Amino acid sequence: MSGLTIAEKIFSSHAGRTVHAGEDIVASVDLVMATDGSGPLALDLFKKMDGKAVFDPEKIVMVLDHYVPCPNDKVAALQDGMRAFAAAGNCRIFDLGEGICHQLLPENRYIQPGHLIVGGDSHSTTYGAFNAVGTGIGSSDLAAAMIAGKLWFKVPHSIRITLNGQLKRWVTAKDLALCIVGLLGADGAAYKAIEFSGCAIGDLPIDDRMTLCNMMVETGAKCAVMPGDALTRSFYGGTDRFVSADEDAIYEQSVDIDLGSIEPMVALPHHVDTVAPVSKLSDLPMHMGVLGTCTNGRVSDLELALSVMGDSPVAKGFELLVVPASRSVYLEALRKGLIEKLVAKGAVVLPPGCGPCCGSSPGIPSNGENVISTANRNFIGRMGNVAANIYLASPATVAASAVKGVLADPRGEAR
Amino acid sequence: MNFEGKAHLFGDDINTDYIISSRRKRDTLDEVALARYLMEDLDPSFAASVSPGDILVAGKNFGCGSAMEIATLVIRGAGIPVVIAKSFARTFFRNGINCGILLVTCDTGLIKSGDLVAVGSNDDFTSVTVNGKRIYSGAALPASMRSIIESGGLVSYMRNSQGFSN
Ligand code: SF4
Repeated sequence: MSGLTIAEKIFSSHAGRTVHAGEDIVASVDLVMATDGSGPLALDLFKKMDGKAVFDPEKIVMVLDHYVPCPNDKVAALQDGMRAFAAAGNCRIFDLGEGICHQLLPENRYIQPGHLIVGGDSHSTTYGAFNAVGTGIGSSDLAAAMIAGKLWFKVPHSIRITLNGQLKRWVTAKDLALCIVGLLGADGAAYKAIEFSGCAIGDLPIDDRMTLCNMMVETGAKCAVMPGDALTRSFYGGTDRFVSADEDAIYEQSVDIDLGSIEPMVALPHHVDTVAPVSKLSDLPMHMGVLGTCTNGRVSDLELALSVMGDSPVAKGFELLVVPASRSVYLEALRKGLIEKLVAKGAVVLPPGCGPCCGSSPGIPSNGENVISTANRNFIGRMGNVAANIYLASPATVAASAVKGVLADPRGEAR
Repeated sequence: MNFEGKAHLFGDDINTDYIISSRRKRDTLDEVALARYLMEDLDPSFAASVSPGDILVAGKNFGCGSAMEIATLVIRGAGIPVVIAKSFARTFFRNGINCGILLVTCDTGLIKSGDLVAVGSNDDFTSVTVNGKRIYSGAALPASMRSIIESGGLVSYMRNSQGFSN
C-alpha cells in the first residue's frame, strides 16, 4: 500500500482508520467555527434539526467579524441571536471589534497541528499554515457539526507545491499566492488538498504561511497544508507532534516554484486567476486602496506598506482604508506608531474585522472606481458595488499605488 | 430519484455572489423571498422565467466563491431540484447535497436552454436524458450523500438521526 499525504493522515486520524484519497468518510472534527455571515442561518438550522446542545462547548467558536460595526437593526438581531446561543451553550464568542475569525483562531491558539477544523467561511484554509486541515463549510454543515461533532467528507487528492529559493526584496507571499492561483486557475485544485513542501518554507514567517494558505481556496482547494517546523513549534510553545507526508505518498500533480522568479503581481477585475505582473500594467489610475482582510491585515503587512510609502503621503483623491485584522494587531500597530504614521499620511482606519472586503461593512467604492486591495476576491460586486473594479495585490503594491494614485510597482516606489 | 424539467443554461465559473448578491441577504434569509433575486446581477429577468421543477445547467466550477449556503438555498427556494454542471465548486457541492438538491457532474455541452432534461439517480448509476436522448450515464452517488438528498437535506436527515453513522 502506498504512503499517505498530510491530508490523508489528518483525515485518517479523524475517521479512526486509514483512509485514502477518494474515499467517502465520516470524520470527527476538533473545532467548529461560525461567523456572523454563516452563523445565524446555522443556528436556525440547529433548531430545525432538533439540536438540543452542542457536542462540546470547548470546540465551538463564534466570531462576529463580517458586520463591524453593525450596519442595521436586522443584522443586530442576528448578532444578538449568536450572543444568546453562545451564552446558553457556554461557547466562546469573539464580539464586534475583536477581529477576523481567521486571525483570532490562530492568535488564541485554537488551531493545533494535526487538527481537523471546519469553519463557516471559505477562507478556513488559512489554518493549514499550522500543519492542520482547515476547510470551509456551509450553514447546514455547521449546525450538524455543532450537534454531532462529525461530518461527511470526501478524502481529497493532493497537489504538492514545492517552494525553493528566496523571494526578492518587495516581493511577498501574496505575490506568490497570486502566481499560484494564476498557474492552477480558479478551479485547478477543486476538491483537492494543496500540500506545501520545499526548503523555502523555513524562511517564510507564520504571517506569510497564513497568506498563502488563505489564498489557496481561490484555486478551489478544500484545504492547504504546510508541514510543521521550528517556527510552528515556537508559535505553539513546544509541540512537535507534526504530521508529515510519507515519502511514497501519491500526489495528483506536483508543481515546483522558484521564489526568486516571482515578481509583484496583481489579479485583474473580475477574476482572481487573471493575474499579471505589476510591471506590465503600471500607471492604471487607482481610486481606493484596502490594506487589511484575513489575507493581509497583520502588523507585518502594515510595516511593509509603510516602508514602501517612505515619506510620501497618500495621493490626493485616493482613499486608503486600513483595517487591522484583529484587536491585538491594532494594539501592536498603535504601540509601534504604525497607525499614527498611516493616519498622518491620510489613511482612514476602520475597526478590526472584515471591513469593506465583501461589502458587508462601510467602505463601498463608487461607480467606475478602481480599487487596489490586499483582499482575496475581486468578483463583480464583491465590495458592494457592481460598477467598481477590484485589483488584488500585496500590501507593498497597494502602498506604492496609494502614494502614486496609479497602479505602481513597489520596487520603483520603495526607498 | 427521478426528475424532469426545462433547462436554464449558464456558463463557466458562476460564483455564489452571482447566484444571490451579498447585499440581498442583509435583508432576509428567507429562501423563497430571496428566490426572486436569483442570478439578478447576471440577468435581472432570470428569476421570473423559472418555474418549479426547472433544472439549472452550467459549465465548469459552478458555485465558486464564498461558502455561503444561502446560494444553494435560494436555488431550492426557486423550486429547482437539480443542477447539472461540468464541475462544481467544492463548498457548493457540499451545500447543495446538504440542501437536498441533486447535483450531477457531466459534460453539459449538448444541453440547450429550453431543452427537456430528465435526471435519474439510483443505487447503480446516475443518468441524464435530453429531449429523450441519453447523454450521460455514470457512477452512482455515494449512498451517504443520496440518503441526505432523499431525506430532503441535512436538516431532516439530522432530525431523524441526530448524527452520522460511520
Ligand atoms: S476578511 Fe474578507 S475574505 Fe476574510 S473572512 Fe472577512 S469577508 Fe471573508
